[in-house]
Amino acid sequence: MSIDDLSTAATSGSDTTVDAAPVDAPPVRRTRPRRTAGSLALQFLPPLILGAAIVGAWYYVSYGLLTPERRFLLRPPHEILQVGFLDWDHFSEILLALWSSTRVALIGLGISICIGFFLATIMSQTKIVERAVFPYMVMLQAIPILAIVPLIGFWWGYGTTSRIAVCVIISLFPIIVNTLFGLQSAERGMHDLFTLHHASRLTRLRKLMFPAAQPAIFAGLRISAGLSVIGAIVGDYFFGQGAVGIGQLLKRYSSRLEGEELLAAVIMSSALGVVVFLFFGWLQGVAIGKWHDSSGPND
Amino acid sequence: MTATDTTRTDSLAFNGIGMTFPDGTEAIREASFSVARGEFVTIVGPSGCGKSTLLKIASGLLEPTAGTVTVDRERLGYVFQDATLLPWRNVLGNVELLAELHGIDKTERRRLALEAIDMVGLTSFQGHYPRSLSGGMKMRASLARTLTLKPPVFLFDEPFGAVDEITREHLNDETQRLFQTEGFAGLFITHSIAEAVFMSTRVLVMSARPGRIVAEFDVPFDYPRHPELRFDPEFAALCGEVSKELRGSHQ
Ligand SMILES: Nc1ncnc2c1ncn2[C@@H]1O[C@H](COP(=O)(O)OP(=O)(O)OP(=O)(O)O)[C@@H](O)[C@H]1O
Ligand SMILES: [Mg+2]
Repeated sequence: MSIDDLSTAATSGSDTTVDAAPVDAPPVRRTRPRRTAGSLALQFLPPLILGAAIVGAWYYVSYGLLTPERRFLLRPPHEILQVGFLDWDHFSEILLALWSSTRVALIGLGISICIGFFLATIMSQTKIVERAVFPYMVMLQAIPILAIVPLIGFWWGYGTTSRIAVCVIISLFPIIVNTLFGLQSAERGMHDLFTLHHASRLTRLRKLMFPAAQPAIFAGLRISAGLSVIGAIVGDYFFGQGAVGIGQLLKRYSSRLEGEELLAAVIMSSALGVVVFLFFGWLQGVAIGKWHDSSGPND
Repeated sequence: MTATDTTRTDSLAFNGIGMTFPDGTEAIREASFSVARGEFVTIVGPSGCGKSTLLKIASGLLEPTAGTVTVDRERLGYVFQDATLLPWRNVLGNVELLAELHGIDKTERRRLALEAIDMVGLTSFQGHYPRSLSGGMKMRASLARTLTLKPPVFLFDEPFGAVDEITREHLNDETQRLFQTEGFAGLFITHSIAEAVFMSTRVLVMSARPGRIVAEFDVPFDYPRHPELRFDPEFAALCGEVSKELRGSHQ
């Protein structure tokens, strides 16, 4: 999901600078499961079949293509399961690291949300601020995180603070862009209505712009939540002091050629990404599902 | 033909209104007319002749480049061409909005909203969100929203343009009934001549851009007007005259 979402975020970002271009919120669609057996089967059967095919192909590569000496390159699935998941020593190690990275991701995301909402709100109120700030936001977003790793290390050390910084840098942009786009998405006619009835700036923001921004805000949150998980892992990879996170674990496993644990850790971190993504999808449904179509049932 | 009686008290008066947009488009030229309390005036005119612009000027959303408007803007009712309901509020919430913006307290605005919703016949839909309303229902909700203000002056910008003929006739009946009970000064815009004649005390014909008032017809029928009026030969004859004038204004 990350690559697609990143590019969507980047596109909608540059479009917003061009002004008025009606960029729809990034196309995050959610299908609400229907309760009939037939449609349940229709929903779950295709991914299950594809999953089975992938596992089959995996076995074929492990046993059919790789000679026993070279099998360490791709261990068969059941060995991953045994060594990575069913061996409690290994699995608890992965879970602990996952928890540490989750905390970093959540703190980073929280900071991004605060900064992002604040900046987007100010930018929505004053065109000049938007013009001034936006280019730098795009620049920030374009910096490869690798390039500023040494700097981050100098500034904030090699522990948790720097990991959080990486998270924030990675996840801030989609929140700002989507929130700003959302705040600007209220229709002209609705603004006219508020103008006609002498609504104050604050009233307009509270009763018109913020509610109208919600769908876009949620789209941004889902992207940023995924990115902050990636940010936590990447940050952990570079800044390993203190509690061991998933990034450190991945580094350790790969240096020791522990393929089973490595793959188990990868699977668990992607599971974390999925959980976060689903959580915000659920939250979106609860918050705006009643009136906004993207979270309603779509066939 | 556009002469107005000076003895009455006008709720809304346009004096020599001209509007030229910054890009050089001259939308309106020398429009002068007025609407008194208890009058329902409808403007018909070709598309793009400046009718919406005229209402925007009346409401203060646009400043005219010439002339003046006299109107009390404190409680001005303005029904837009689109329903412009807030999608995140249900019908009740939407209808309460204007009272809310005017700082009316909660119980009072709830009462006003329920009353207005009842007037437009949406009581059983008050909990529905706009996405589950038909076009006609949305317009009703929009109408109800404006009714909560009990506006002495009511502007309608082609509110029923997007609904089917039968629904439109229903809405015309209702609007005409509301005009009777509420007694506001109404300025209504439409493309439909039948709609204009059916509801109004007076019909004005506007020319193609730059818009000017080129003809004025008094509509003699008594209120309340019944749906059968539409089949009356006199009604048809008047519609014919307006239509002829409108055709002329197109050239
Ligand atoms: N902001 C603007 N800048 C430039 N020209 C404009 C602007 N708004 C309207 N116009 C022009 O002014 C003219 C009148 O527009 P207006 O919307 O008042 O027409 P209308 O009579 O309401 O048409 P319709 O019946 O199609 O709604 C049109 O030619 C339109 O292109
Ligand atoms: Mg118009």
